[in-house]
Amino acid sequence: MGIVNHRKTDLHGMTVHTIETKKYKTTSFILQIKEAIDEKNVTKRALLSYVLQSGTKDFPSSKELRSALDDLYGATLNADLSKKGENQVISIRMEVANEKFLANSEPVLDQAFHLLSQVLLAPALENGAFKEGIVKKEKRSLKQQIESIYDDKMRYANKRLLEEMYESEPYRLNVYGNEGEVDVITSQELFDYYKKVIATNRLDLYVIGDISTDEMIEKVKKHFRLPENRATEDSPLHSIDEKKISDVKEIFEEQDVQQGKLHMGYRTYTTYRDDEYFALQVFNGVFGGFSHSKLFINVREKESLAYYAASRFESHKGAVFVISGIETGNYEKAVKIIKEQHEEIKNGNITDDEFNQTKAMINNQVLETIDHPIGLSEVLYHNVVAGTNRTIEEWMEGIKRVTKEDVVKVAQKVTLDTIFFLKGAGTNGNENV
Amino acid sequence: MGMKTFEQLDETLHFEEFDNGLKVYVLEKKGFNKTYATFTTHYGSIDNHFKPLGKEENVKVPDGIAHFLEHKLFEKEHGDVFQDFSKQGASANAFTTFNRTAYLFSTTGDVKTNLTTLIDFVQEPYFTEKTVEKEKGIIGQEIRMYDDNPDWRVYFGLIENMFHHHPVKIDIAGTEKSIAEITKDTLYECYETFYHPSNMILFIVGPVNSKEILDFVKENQSKKTFKEKAPIERFFEEEPPSVAKPKKVIEMTVQTPKCYIGFKEASANRKGKELMRHELSVNLLLEMMFGKSSPNYETLYEEGLIDQTFSFDYTEENGFGFSMLGGDTQSPDELVERISEMVESFKNESVSQDSFERARKKKIGAFLRSLNSPEFIANQFTRYAFNEMDLFDVIPVFESLKMTDVEEVLQNHFKKEAMTVCQVRKKKS
Repeated sequence: MGIVNHRKTDLHGMTVHTIETKKYKTTSFILQIKEAIDEKNVTKRALLSYVLQSGTKDFPSSKELRSALDDLYGATLNADLSKKGENQVISIRMEVANEKFLANSEPVLDQAFHLLSQVLLAPALENGAFKEGIVKKEKRSLKQQIESIYDDKMRYANKRLLEEMYESEPYRLNVYGNEGEVDVITSQELFDYYKKVIATNRLDLYVIGDISTDEMIEKVKKHFRLPENRATEDSPLHSIDEKKISDVKEIFEEQDVQQGKLHMGYRTYTTYRDDEYFALQVFNGVFGGFSHSKLFINVREKESLAYYAASRFESHKGAVFVISGIETGNYEKAVKIIKEQHEEIKNGNITDDEFNQTKAMINNQVLETIDHPIGLSEVLYHNVVAGTNRTIEEWMEGIKRVTKEDVVKVAQKVTLDTIFFLKGAGTNGNENV
Repeated sequence: MGMKTFEQLDETLHFEEFDNGLKVYVLEKKGFNKTYATFTTHYGSIDNHFKPLGKEENVKVPDGIAHFLEHKLFEKEHGDVFQDFSKQGASANAFTTFNRTAYLFSTTGDVKTNLTTLIDFVQEPYFTEKTVEKEKGIIGQEIRMYDDNPDWRVYFGLIENMFHHHPVKIDIAGTEKSIAEITKDTLYECYETFYHPSNMILFIVGPVNSKEILDFVKENQSKKTFKEKAPIERFFEEEPPSVAKPKKVIEMTVQTPKCYIGFKEASANRKGKELMRHELSVNLLLEMMFGKSSPNYETLYEEGLIDQTFSFDYTEENGFGFSMLGGDTQSPDELVERISEMVESFKNESVSQDSFERARKKKIGAFLRSLNSPEFIANQFTRYAFNEMDLFDVIPVFESLKMTDVEEVLQNHFKKEAMTVCQVRKKKS
C-alpha cells in the first residue's frame, strides 16, 4: 500500500475507484463523465450538467431534491464542468457526513448512494423528455453563468486568450458553451443527448472516506444499473496540438477598467503522458508557479509593476499561461520582463536555490492536494484522461529525477503563441445614489 | 499545558498560554500529509484609533495600514521571508480582515524549522523608508484589482451603506491616497501596540506531536523579551442602530447586475456563548427563509430573479454585525421588493418545526464537512477565540437551539429601518 490506498474495479462499464481512509469526517463521491469537447454538443452538455442536479424521478424539483439532501445531514450535491485537454468533463460530486459523528447514527451512506445514482440514471422526466419547467429555468441560469465571465475581467481575458490562441482547435471552446445556442435546445434534444451520454461516455466513480471497498462495490451493483453492453468510446488520447508558430499574435481590447489584464499563452508540445512532463512542471515552477519564481521576483518584487504575476499550465493540452494585472502604460515593460525570464531559463540561468525550492514546492503541493478528497480524485483522474497509470509515488519520483538540463530542454520547446491585453480606460465603478 | 477532548468529533486539542501572554493551540490530525500553522494578531482594518503602547496620546492612523503592515512584515534585511519558507518546502501566505491579521504556512516537510521562521519573522519587524515606498506601487495594483471586481464592490458598498462611523466601512486595503501617508514610523507604532504576544494566537494543525510542538514554541519564546503586557485601548465612535444610507448603485462594465440586501444588527456587542448562539440562530433562520430547499428560494429562482450565485451570511464581532443576501440578477429592484415582502410575510407566519429541523441538520453536516479542512479549523478557531468562543462548541450549540431563538431573531434582526441595498449595474455608455 502506498501513500494512497487506491483500488479500481470495473463494473457495468463504469470504473469504481475506492480510497479507504480515516482522515475525513465525511464520505465523498465524485463521478466523472468524459467526452471529447465538440462544437456541436458543447452547450448541450453544459446545460445537461445543470439539469441533472435540479431534480430526479423521486424528487422532481430542485426544492424537493434539496430537501432530501438537507435531511441527509446536509449532504452536498453539485455538478460542474471542466475542460481537461480536449475533453469536456461533467463532475457530479456528493459529500455526506460519516454516520459515526452523528448523534443518532442514521444510515445516511446508503441513502446518499441511492440519491447519487438517481441523479445520474433517473432524472425528472415528462412526456419522454426532461421536464420542461426545469430545462427552462436552467437555461436561464446557464446563460447568466456565461454572461458573468465578462464581468470578471480576469476570467474574461483568459477566455479571450483561448479563443484567439486556439482559433481553429476545439480547445478554444468555452466549457459552458455559447450563449446564443442555449435557447434553441429542446427538452427532447437534450434528453436524446443524455441517452447517448449514458450509453457511451466513460464513467469513473471515486468513493473516498472511512469505507470498505467490498461494501462499496456491493452498493454500486445494487444502485447503479447501467445499460448492458455499454460501449464506451474513449476520446482520442493524443492532443492535436501540433501547430508551429511563426509570429506571436498580439491582441488588444479596451474596456473601462482600472487595471490592465495581461494574459500570455505558450505552447509546450508536452502533455501529462510524456516523459518530459515532469521537466515541464519544474519549468513552470521556476518561471511563475510560486512566490520564489522569476515572474514574481522580477515583475512584482523588483519592479513593483504588479500585485500578481504568475504562470500556470494545463496538463492535458500542454499549455502554459502567464497572467498579470498591470497599469496600461506598463504593457511594453512588463511583456519585455516576462519574455526575458523565459530566455533566462532557456539559457540555463537557473540557480540551485530556484531549482531545489521549486522541486520541494511541487512535492509539497501534490502532498497537500491529496489531503483533500476532491484534490485526491483530481490527481488520480489525470491518469484516466491521459491514459496513463502513474501512482503518486511514481509522480513524485519523476519530479525528483528532473535535472536542470531537462528544464532547459523543455524551456526551448516552450513557445509564445498569443498575447491578449485588456487595456483600461480607468473610470470603472463610479458611484451613483 | 491543557487538553480538551471532543469525543463526538474524535478530536483532541492541546493548548498552553505562556508567561508573555501568547496562546498556542495544537490539533493533531493523523493521516494528513500537511501541517498548517497560523500566527494571528487580534488587529485589523478597524483598529485605526488607539492609544499606542506606552504613550499618553491617542492616535488615528491612515486607512489600510494593518494590511500594509502585513505586506511589509515579510521583508527583512536579508531579503524576502517567502523565499525562506520555499527553501524549506513550505508555502507561506497572510491575510488581513476587519479585525485579524494572520500569517501562515503549510508544509508536508519539516514543521519545526518553518514554525521558527513563522514566529521569528512576525516577531522581528524590519521597516525602512525605502521598502515602504516600494510597496506602495504593489499595493496600489492590489487596490485596483479589487476596484475592478464587481463582487467585491457590491459587498463593500453594502457595508459602507450600513455604517455611519464604524471603521468596518473602511476598505481593508485603504486607498492609493491613504496609503501614500504611511511611513515606517507609523508602521512601528502599530506594530508595537498590536503585535504583543498577549494579543496573538498561534494555531498548529497536522500530523504532529502536540507536546513536542508546545515545548518547541515555549523554548523559542523563552529566548525573547517583550514589554510588559497591557490592555490595548481602542476607540470607536458611538454607532447609531439605523443604516447610514438605504441604497447605493455602482455603475461598472458588467453584463449582469448584482444586488445585495443587508440588515444591520442594532446591538452588535455580544461575546462568548451568547454571540455564538446569536450568530448560529441568524444563520439558521436565513437557511430556513432562503436556503435552496425553501419555498422562497424556489419562487425567486422560478421568477428568474436569482441564479446559483445567490448566497447569504450573518457575521458579528467587535461592535459590528450584519446579514447580507443576494447575488447576480437581471432585475435588481424587483429582487429587493420580493425579498422584503418575503421577510415580512415570514414574520407573520409561524416558523415551521420541519424546516427548523432540516436547516439544523444541514448546518451540522456542513460544519462536519468543514472539519476536513485544516485551514478552516485554524482560521475559524482563532476568530472564535478572539471573540471568547470555542469552535468545538458549534455542534452542541446547534443541538441546543430552540424554535424560540429563531423566532426572536426574526422579529429583532430583520427590521425595515435596518435594511439597505447595494447594486452594481451596467454602465451606460
